[in-house]
Amino acid sequence: MMDKNLIIVGGGPAGLAAAKAAYDAGERDILILEREDRAGGILNQCIHNGFGLHTFKEELTGPEYAARYEREVAARGIEIKTGTTVLSIADKTVACVNAEDGLTHYRAKAIVLACGCRERPRGAINIAGCRAAGVFSAGTAQKLINIDGLMPGKEVVILGSGDIGLIMARRMTFQGAKVKAVIELMPYSSGLNRNIVQCLQDFDIPLRFSHTVVAINGKKRVSSVVVAAVDEKLRPIAGTEEEIACDTLLLSVGLLPENEIAKTYGIELSPVTGGAIVDDALMTSKEGVFACGNVLHVHDLVDFVSEESERAGASAAAYIARGGELSDCVAIGAKDGVRYAVPQLVRRGGEGALGFKMRVGKVAKDVKIVLECDGREVASRRRQIVTPGEMETLTLTAAQAQILRGAKEAVIRLAEV
Amino acid sequence: MKEMICICCPMGCRLKVYDDQDPIRVEGNTCARGAKYGAEEAVSPKRVVTATVRVRGGEIAMASVKTSGAIAKSSVFDALALLKGKVVDAPVREGDVIVGNIFGTGVDFVATKTVEKAQ
Repeated sequence: MMDKNLIIVGGGPAGLAAAKAAYDAGERDILILEREDRAGGILNQCIHNGFGLHTFKEELTGPEYAARYEREVAARGIEIKTGTTVLSIADKTVACVNAEDGLTHYRAKAIVLACGCRERPRGAINIAGCRAAGVFSAGTAQKLINIDGLMPGKEVVILGSGDIGLIMARRMTFQGAKVKAVIELMPYSSGLNRNIVQCLQDFDIPLRFSHTVVAINGKKRVSSVVVAAVDEKLRPIAGTEEEIACDTLLLSVGLLPENEIAKTYGIELSPVTGGAIVDDALMTSKEGVFACGNVLHVHDLVDFVSEESERAGASAAAYIARGGELSDCVAIGAKDGVRYAVPQLVRRGGEGALGFKMRVGKVAKDVKIVLECDGREVASRRRQIVTPGEMETLTLTAAQAQILRGAKEAVIRLAEV
Repeated sequence: MKEMICICCPMGCRLKVYDDQDPIRVEGNTCARGAKYGAEEAVSPKRVVTATVRVRGGEIAMASVKTSGAIAKSSVFDALALLKGKVVDAPVREGDVIVGNIFGTGVDFVATKTVEKAQ
């Protein structure tokens, strides 16, 4: 058993930013535990550009964005153990294993969970058909091409038009594959418009809304998929089936926070986000345990992950320095089109300005995002358009935040302008 | 007149670009970048290209690369062909020029990732 003031689980963008901020807040005894052989997390395989517009005011590729934070962490001499898998956490003791040290236990004063998210697999969406080779999650295909230099297939259908699916349509096309169609269950894409233009329209790849894959055919290898239109309740419509010959099906059907460790530790999770329920210091229901990045809720932009994680790192350092406990909080509800808002709790004894991140359930135009305290509008923000694919934010001034901290009830909702 | 979606930011404004007029007139944009994008996209669309190049003796098989500036959309696949079959020796450093001066444009393919030698 070894002692460490701060253990950070995960060396991706969230963990790196949390470590940097904790150090800058005065904490020196920090250890990052990373499962992969190098830090940087998913950014290592996201070779496209578009990262860092908020954080660095320039457009970087994923590996470049990761390298900037890796350099910040290295310059501070923060220790990072790669190839190290965290097995469990109990009583603020982290059990982890790697090839050099074997099984090791660290007793921590504070822990930051920064373990990212996972892709929803085929099993989660119940597509009927053969178990032929050639069905990949979009992220797996991305790793095979961009890290390992292997092509997953030649003729491709992609299910799901989230950003990863769109990016992979272009990437496979660049590598010589024929992407025959992108199939989207919903009547809209959860990906960015700019990606629909840059990744599909540039290459005349058809995007079919309100369709899904109802069967996968093939013996050893996928030979075709069957797609069908769906009705308003997202049920396939009989008679609309169409077979598309292909050898590969990529699934880009959503991301889920990776919370197996948090679950077994007994951290309270939100059924909506799949991540921990946190207060405005990003502390979970376990005192001294913080969460940030995609393990807390799935983000669209790494810039927002970095910002959130720096707050978690600074909070953890403050907790170690001054102590702290789970304090009396006001809960922030979500309704009328807002699915959730993070943080879900705000400490009544806190001070200063506050920021919330949230997602809406469907596309809405000319609306405002409203924070209501005890039935009264305290803050609002007008939006020309809100979509489920893009995270929204609401920032409170210190004065508005003070009203919230004294409120009995608070809710964030959409209202017509 | 051409209709297009601006790709400068997540707003995705729907632009109407009157490319038969001089100077070209853009409608539907909500900022100056959109006007510039619309006019350029109508006449000579450009893209930054990101891809990979194979590495010999590296800790991983591929190094990621990007064009150091935007290149003509029509030359994207020709530019990608310059990377096909190309192999560079580890170590590769972020910023290394992998293919210099693509088609005389002054734009290079540069590495966006450091790949160390395999241990």
